[in-house]
Amino acid sequence: MPTPDVLLRGERLTRRWGGLTAVDDVTLELTRGSVHAVIGTNGAGKSTLINLLSGEIPASSGRVALKGQDVTAWPQPARARAGLGRSYQRTTIFPQFTVLENCRLAAQSRRQRPWAWWERADACTLAMPAAQRAAQAAGLGDDLDRPAGLLSHGGRRQLEIAMCLATAPDVLLLDEPLAGMGAEETDRMLDLLASLRAGHAILLVEHDMDAVFRIADRITVMVNGAVIASDVPEAVRANAEVQAAYLGSHA
Amino acid sequence: MDLATFLVQCLNALQYGLLLFLVASGLTLIFGIMGVINLAHGSFYMIGAYMAFALAPFVAQAVGGGFFATLLVGLVLAVALGYVLEWGFFSFLYEREHLQQVLMTYGLILVFEELRSILVGDDVHGVQPPAWLAGSVPLGDLMTYPVYRLFVSAVCIALAAGMYFVLTRTRLGMMIRAGATNREMVQSLGIDIQFLYRVVFAAGVALAVFAGMIAAPISSVYPGMGNQVLIVCFVVVVIGGIGSVRGALFAALLIGLVDTFGKVVFPQAAGVLVYVMMALILLWKPDGLFRAG
Amino acid sequence: MSAGAKTGGVALAVAAVALALFPLVAGKFGVDLVTKIMVFAILALSLELLVGQTGLVCFGQAAFFGIGAYTVVLLSPQYEAVSIFWLAPVAVLFATLYALFVGALSLRTRGIYFIMVTLAFAQMAYYVFHDTPLGRGTDGIYLYVKPAVEVAGLTLVDLDKPLTFYYVVLGALALTFAFLAVLLRSRFGRALAGVKANEQRMRAAGYSTYAYKLAAFTLSGAIAGFAGVLFAVKDGFVNPELLAWHLSGSLLVMIILGGLGRLQGAVIGAFAYELLRLIFQHEPLFGAFAKHWQLGLGLTIIAMVALLPEGLAGLPAEIRRRRVGRAPRTADADA
Repeated sequence: MPTPDVLLRGERLTRRWGGLTAVDDVTLELTRGSVHAVIGTNGAGKSTLINLLSGEIPASSGRVALKGQDVTAWPQPARARAGLGRSYQRTTIFPQFTVLENCRLAAQSRRQRPWAWWERADACTLAMPAAQRAAQAAGLGDDLDRPAGLLSHGGRRQLEIAMCLATAPDVLLLDEPLAGMGAEETDRMLDLLASLRAGHAILLVEHDMDAVFRIADRITVMVNGAVIASDVPEAVRANAEVQAAYLGSHA
Repeated sequence: MDLATFLVQCLNALQYGLLLFLVASGLTLIFGIMGVINLAHGSFYMIGAYMAFALAPFVAQAVGGGFFATLLVGLVLAVALGYVLEWGFFSFLYEREHLQQVLMTYGLILVFEELRSILVGDDVHGVQPPAWLAGSVPLGDLMTYPVYRLFVSAVCIALAAGMYFVLTRTRLGMMIRAGATNREMVQSLGIDIQFLYRVVFAAGVALAVFAGMIAAPISSVYPGMGNQVLIVCFVVVVIGGIGSVRGALFAALLIGLVDTFGKVVFPQAAGVLVYVMMALILLWKPDGLFRAG
Repeated sequence: MSAGAKTGGVALAVAAVALALFPLVAGKFGVDLVTKIMVFAILALSLELLVGQTGLVCFGQAAFFGIGAYTVVLLSPQYEAVSIFWLAPVAVLFATLYALFVGALSLRTRGIYFIMVTLAFAQMAYYVFHDTPLGRGTDGIYLYVKPAVEVAGLTLVDLDKPLTFYYVVLGALALTFAFLAVLLRSRFGRALAGVKANEQRMRAAGYSTYAYKLAAFTLSGAIAGFAGVLFAVKDGFVNPELLAWHLSGSLLVMIILGGLGRLQGAVIGAFAYELLRLIFQHEPLFGAFAKHWQLGLGLTIIAMVALLPEGLAGLPAEIRRRRVGRAPRTADADA
């Protein structure tokens, strides 16, 4: 029985590739107002988990519920329109477009009106302000007219988040948003995540342990596709199995 | 349709399907391994057929003739052509977009067709099969079947078996299969990819040229014959799955059957049937019937 | 940016005026030639919508063109004119329906598959007109009486007059161009640009990209069918070669030649292609080889792919990009 503030629930999700089980019977809940981190070694199945939740690939078994509604059979775009936003580990911006156009195009998905061929896209009174707000929030307010391909690596990661925000999602699935970022950029991104926490349910896949323990309200640890622990940060830190499997090597 | 006619049509279907397979197997491997869409592949078939016609007098002069001597000379030329083409035109296409590959190979088709027109002309020609294969075998009371068609089928089966052996039992075959399944993996394994490309491309060209040469006595030799084969081969590759030689064999035989019996049962719509079948298979399995491997 | 748009606008206006004034200085041959080129420019525009704007390499555009043309001829009775006001929409409708069918199936595939499948379906249409009694074989069919443009019994335009028809086609080209230019600025057009740049991202943002691509494909087929209508009325003759893959290939060459990604590229390309053909067919220049003009064309295509991947219209942009720096391209490569 999901409590009202559970926005996304993955239940017994499993994904097999031939003989390999990439995600093995994973159940997790994302609630509004909290950051739920998923950690694990490379190949532990974290990105696959995000792909299953967002609908990019179908699950071999298991269910996904978005805001109490079963969306297991929904394709990715339908889930996205229902409020499920995601960012990619490998930056997937539109490099030829400006920063603003990247965000505007993302925001346009809220009001697509594809039949209105005579209306200028950049005159949309919904997408334009939403795009500007999202870029502003992600710290790209000064770069609106720059081609996205000219941004620094950190800038592109910010844009990745901004495009996600521009679609006004309730749930954010963030795949290693801090990868390759410097200390200053990391701080800025963590502040951003902290400010987003209030209105959203956030899933954070991340390798940077310091960052994870700074921001996460709950941590799930995956090894070989399966969950070995899921608890508040202090308990995860104290968990002997987690230390043996994962944290030890990073300490 | 009585039994003998049915049998004749079955043999025709088999022979057509096998010839298609020879052309399509090279095409699918070039797609699968190099990631290149080669519209000019049909031209190799056309070149083969014209070689069977045009080389014969020269070979006759040099070594006293013979269909098989011509075949051999043609094969050597085909391998050389494949090698040179890969080196000169295709090696820089690998990193390009599909659109550019389409254009470049479309340009090659025009060049090949015009060179053929300049060198041999635009007439339709017939090619005689060797004398000892020119007869027919009786089939039932009334029907006969040309020995040469049986010979073509037998040669194709032998070649297919040879390909199966090379692909499954040799180190080269292992590299080719790995390349067709996962190009990046082969590159990371430190296999000499350039060498592999040249071999596969030259082999693909040789197969298409060979198919054209042995088909010449059956189909006659005419301009545009390559393009017709090319598009049917695309259907073979789409149905069979890119990079799958097994899929190409299955799909080629299927198309041989559908086309041959289509001409008997629905003569008016024969040309369309193969494409209708492709549409149905796309509805069912958009990636083709067989996965690469 | 706005300065570039302004010069672009001026260039367009100049081109339009030049085309409008052209019949004043040209003879019968010139008018006929440019009419044909403008029909092909409309056809090339339809392909540009797919290849240049949506990133879908369609190798079967000739089929929709041919279906539009054949419909006009097949539905025209032998001795009386029919009204263009129902004939043209019906012809466009048939081309659109076939595009919907081909698109629905071929868009289930991508990349190389998509190219091959569109080519194969075009070939299917080719065989329908080539083999079945419907198309009456390789010889083709004549359109004996051109459609009438009448309102309440009053003839507005006489399509039989070459000069009149020239301006009809020029108007059609201008309308098609303007429609596509407006369309590309709309939400739909921007979404297509997004699909071309990064389809995965568009899906993640909530776009059902299949529907968008299918809409673009169908619209493109409709425009190609419209070009086919014009072609049939112009020549008064159709044969299966209108659906042949050589035309599809030539169209791709046109839009590349003119420069992909810009609408004007399709128009420039249509003119450049025809010019190339005339040059290679010019006997005083090439003598006996003029007959083999496709050799020169083929070599030009190969050289173009090797040396000038952005086409003729891409030259200024290429130079501009080099001045600014090549950063957007490298970003594209490692993204």
